[in-house]
Amino acid sequence: MTHRSAGPEILRLIDLLAKLPGLGPRSARRAALHLLKRPDQLLTPLAAALADAAEKVVACRECGNFDTVDPCSICTAAGRDDAVICAVEQVGDLWAMERSGVFRGRYHVLGGVLSALDGVGPDDLNLSGLIARALRPEVREVILALNATVEGQTTVHYIADRLAGVDVVVTRLAHGVPVGGELDHLDDGTIAAAMASRR
Amino acid sequence: MAEWTDRGVALGLRRFGETQAILDVFTRNRGRARGLVHGGASRKRRSVLQPGNTLQLVWRARLADDLGHFAQAEPETERSARHLMDSLALSALTSVASLLNDALPEGEAKPGLFDATETLLDVLGDVDVWPALFVRWELGLLTALGYGLDLSRCALSGATDGLTHVSPRSGRAVRADAAAEWLDRLLPLPGFLVSNAASADGEAVGQGFRLTGWFLERRLFGDLNKPVPEPRDLMIDRLERAGRLSFPAGADSPDEE
Repeated sequence: MTHRSAGPEILRLIDLLAKLPGLGPRSARRAALHLLKRPDQLLTPLAAALADAAEKVVACRECGNFDTVDPCSICTAAGRDDAVICAVEQVGDLWAMERSGVFRGRYHVLGGVLSALDGVGPDDLNLSGLIARALRPEVREVILALNATVEGQTTVHYIADRLAGVDVVVTRLAHGVPVGGELDHLDDGTIAAAMASRR
Repeated sequence: MAEWTDRGVALGLRRFGETQAILDVFTRNRGRARGLVHGGASRKRRSVLQPGNTLQLVWRARLADDLGHFAQAEPETERSARHLMDSLALSALTSVASLLNDALPEGEAKPGLFDATETLLDVLGDVDVWPALFVRWELGLLTALGYGLDLSRCALSGATDGLTHVSPRSGRAVRADAAAEWLDRLLPLPGFLVSNAASADGEAVGQGFRLTGWFLERRLFGDLNKPVPEPRDLMIDRLERAGRLSFPAGADSPDEE
């Protein structure tokens, strides 16, 4: 199917699908065709789900997570540890931490990392919210779960500096050999980080 | 087809689309350069392309002025991972990368500055050494870009010893006894910048950063109509809090007039 052989509604659908991560124009056409062939099973429910999400999903004013309630269900969940806040770069990182099931505290989404190249400074991140939360008497630890990149770790050091006067323990994720990783196949940087973090 | 091979220090990496990245590098023989890295957004490739690492590069494009792509970007020296846990070293590494990225014109070879940059990056693990070297490197950056200071002799008396200050207007060194009536308008010149025997203690390093900072801000970046990159301020602030440099009370920068 070429663009010329389709009506404007279909072209709009293809153009919008092509903007999604992992999809280009070709795969967007395939996805659109797949939806159009199954209007009852896929197209209509998907349209309803999208409309529902657009109407109800908001960023949590407490932590920055996406949810249909504000504060989000993680912030209001009973049984989670209020004493520990895990700061992450993006909502996707929060979801990754939740999938692992190893953390039962609260989260804080920064919305990015410091980047001189991209002109992202401290004021562009949700830092004031993190500091305000860290000042609460029940908070004892802030975990900085940011990427092991120069920008991610620059942000870690910056936040650690900002929290220096606050009565909380600031920790970070370990760097080193991934589970299932073989030394022979690791880059020099990872081996160096693993050696520096050995215990 | 345009193609070149060179060594280069990675300055910055930004994601481009799903799988690619745009890499900025400072190469030895071609100065600052930029190109696409296919697969550069992957976890494995990103670790290699972090700022501060020296890479062996092969760049190709249809025309020399095109964005082009790095057909090869293999690690030669991986420095960034070594300094991720060291806030002082990481702040210096980030400062070097952002100063070069913001100040260097594209495609102008600066081999002397490249060699000095590698030397500086190689000693970032030793905080007793690198702050003073960083000041010298900034002097080299100013010189390489046409804003060099003349610290060889006194602008007033011609003497080559006893130099104590620098004119903020001309960038030339002077002796305190020859410029006594203007001392409050001059920038102190730390001894370690004119003599290897002089001490590079915290106060001298502070004076050095104040001196280079003045010319970076008012001259180099002033002419580029850009602010001095923020990572430099963060690095100096962090050094000061770590007790690695100090600024005398009341040591504000002099007015230009």
